[in-house]
Amino acid sequence: MTEESAREEWRRLFAAAPKRTGKFTTMSGIPLAPVYGPHSAEFPGVYPYTRGVHASMYRTKLWTMRMFAGFGTAADTNIRFREIIRAGGTGLSTAFDMPTLLGLDSDDPMSLGEVGRCGVAIDSLADVRDLFAGIDLATITTSMTINSPAAVMLALFVAQAEDSGVTRDRLGGTLQNDILKEYQAQKEFVFPPRQSMRLVRDTIAFTAAEMPKWNSISVSGYHIREAGSTAVEELAFTLANGFAYVELAQQAGLAVDAVAPRLSFFFNAHIDFFEEIAKYRAARRLWAKWMKAHYGASDVRSWQLRFHTQTAGVSLTAQQPEINIARTAIEALAGVLGGTQSLHTNSMDEALALPSEKAARIALRTQQIIANETNVANVADPLGGSWFVEELTDEMEREAEIIFAQISKMGEGSMLEGCIRGIEENWFQGRISDSAYELERSFNSGERVVVGVNEFLEGNDEDVLATLRITNADEHKQLARLSQVRADRDDDQVRTALERLSREASDPEMNLMPALIDAAKAYVTVGEMMTALAGVFGRHVEIPSL
Amino acid sequence: MNVRVLVAKVGLDGHDRGIKVVARLLRDAGMEVVYTGLFQTPETVATAAIQEDVDVVGLSMLSGAHMTLAPLVVEALRERGSDIPVVLGGIVPPQDLDELREHGVAAVFGPGASAEEIISTINGIASHSG
Repeated sequence: MTEESAREEWRRLFAAAPKRTGKFTTMSGIPLAPVYGPHSAEFPGVYPYTRGVHASMYRTKLWTMRMFAGFGTAADTNIRFREIIRAGGTGLSTAFDMPTLLGLDSDDPMSLGEVGRCGVAIDSLADVRDLFAGIDLATITTSMTINSPAAVMLALFVAQAEDSGVTRDRLGGTLQNDILKEYQAQKEFVFPPRQSMRLVRDTIAFTAAEMPKWNSISVSGYHIREAGSTAVEELAFTLANGFAYVELAQQAGLAVDAVAPRLSFFFNAHIDFFEEIAKYRAARRLWAKWMKAHYGASDVRSWQLRFHTQTAGVSLTAQQPEINIARTAIEALAGVLGGTQSLHTNSMDEALALPSEKAARIALRTQQIIANETNVANVADPLGGSWFVEELTDEMEREAEIIFAQISKMGEGSMLEGCIRGIEENWFQGRISDSAYELERSFNSGERVVVGVNEFLEGNDEDVLATLRITNADEHKQLARLSQVRADRDDDQVRTALERLSREASDPEMNLMPALIDAAKAYVTVGEMMTALAGVFGRHVEIPSL
Repeated sequence: MNVRVLVAKVGLDGHDRGIKVVARLLRDAGMEVVYTGLFQTPETVATAAIQEDVDVVGLSMLSGAHMTLAPLVVEALRERGSDIPVVLGGIVPPQDLDELREHGVAAVFGPGASAEEIISTINGIASHSG
């Protein structure tokens, strides 16, 4: 595309886009254009989208301030959700506790001590009803950060929405459902990789057919980075996983344009400011090129990489926790300058515990300062054309392509096969832990400075923050609730639903979503559904390696 | 003789960055390190520690379950007649330290503990228990 035709296309798209009201000038009154440039004929909203997926970017709509929350029982988290909405949050993101993430009921012996600790405990439809009580699921979009039991949680969510009168086609939101990065990084897996991918396929096909406003997968680099990868590895592994899901859907007979627009992405915002911004720009360009050239996508929405950002949990320090507010602000700014669609800012106390209400509010306020006081949202891709940022973007693109070639080679030309074999052969896991180790050595040697950790230690002994306490009382409450659910439900219905689930799981051609939704409506628990599936699929055991 | 350490992930917490990095740092410092892998129970850890005849057991927990699970590991060892000391690393609020010590946890390393601190503490504990 020539510079002139790119500019013309941008002008047309910008004119057509709705605009928010605002004063688009500097504080001195200098008027601001919606974008400056061009650079290499690149414009926001125009292929390959290096400069942003929308022509008007934040002039149309600010990013969604999507705060991740969940702890204790569903009723506890519901109170926090309402607090977030009252404070001006515009989307919800649910954190589940460890048993739920691993498909175990709260009364499973392995759940001891973990119920409601890291997120909210969900065992059955009764809990999902409490979780969203008083929240209109047709207007607030919901993100559910869950992977191995993602299909089960989607079934529970659909069942709850339909019980409350919202049909499934009106539900907007995102299921994380990115199982590949679980084996690579986050390690919350249940079934072996290939069997898990069957469930992912079923959710992609089901949402493509019945839930037009739903994002079926949030392809997540966040956890890859938190587990220790470099920014380049985060970029390359995440996009490769995205390619793998596209190939999975193609194998199931879905067109790339039926699937790719439903994939969204989730990246880390770490503390290396410019590298992060270059990473988001390179991600958009790479995705667009691969979707168009390699996978033959023709719908522009297939080319557009939309992403959520979370600031880096690993960059937070337990020492002098208040200074984490500054780290988070810098990281959040990188996400915004990089053109994120939504953002979660971490709280200052998260190296110590789950966030207190006050700490979570300060984190949201940090986003509101960036959005409302700094004026940075007035101009799309404000760093585009910087010699440094452009060169760094190109270099990250080049390095990611080298990694794509390695993964494709492992899969003999298939990214799907390459990602699975890379997991089975410990290739991803090994690279990530090598990078984590190298970074740690640079902290220990003092080559990299971390304020409050290896330099500038004055203040480390001061009084500690008041952190959120989760007591065993929540665990007891949840156990009582679960036994009530088991007592109240119709055992014959439960048995029938589970028999159907096992039967359909044994037939690889069946889509399991209808059976899961029926099971959810019969108050079959998460643990019961997952156990039935494990009876057919088996369970994954990672060979320990250092 | 080299200090032998069993590093373990107990419960459902899959965060393994910290344990792997620390295990490699301990090896760099000349220790022999055995890693259990993920999703262990207090019983499997105690059994492995005794079988491997280690000097110290190191637990890594980032999910908030340390107050329940760390004391259970100590208990499982003592029930099996072992006095192998247990240390803990991860996301542990300072308010929990006293109670963990009362339950027999020999040392706790929070986020940002230096390699030097971890290595010298484990060496100290191992030489006392030897």
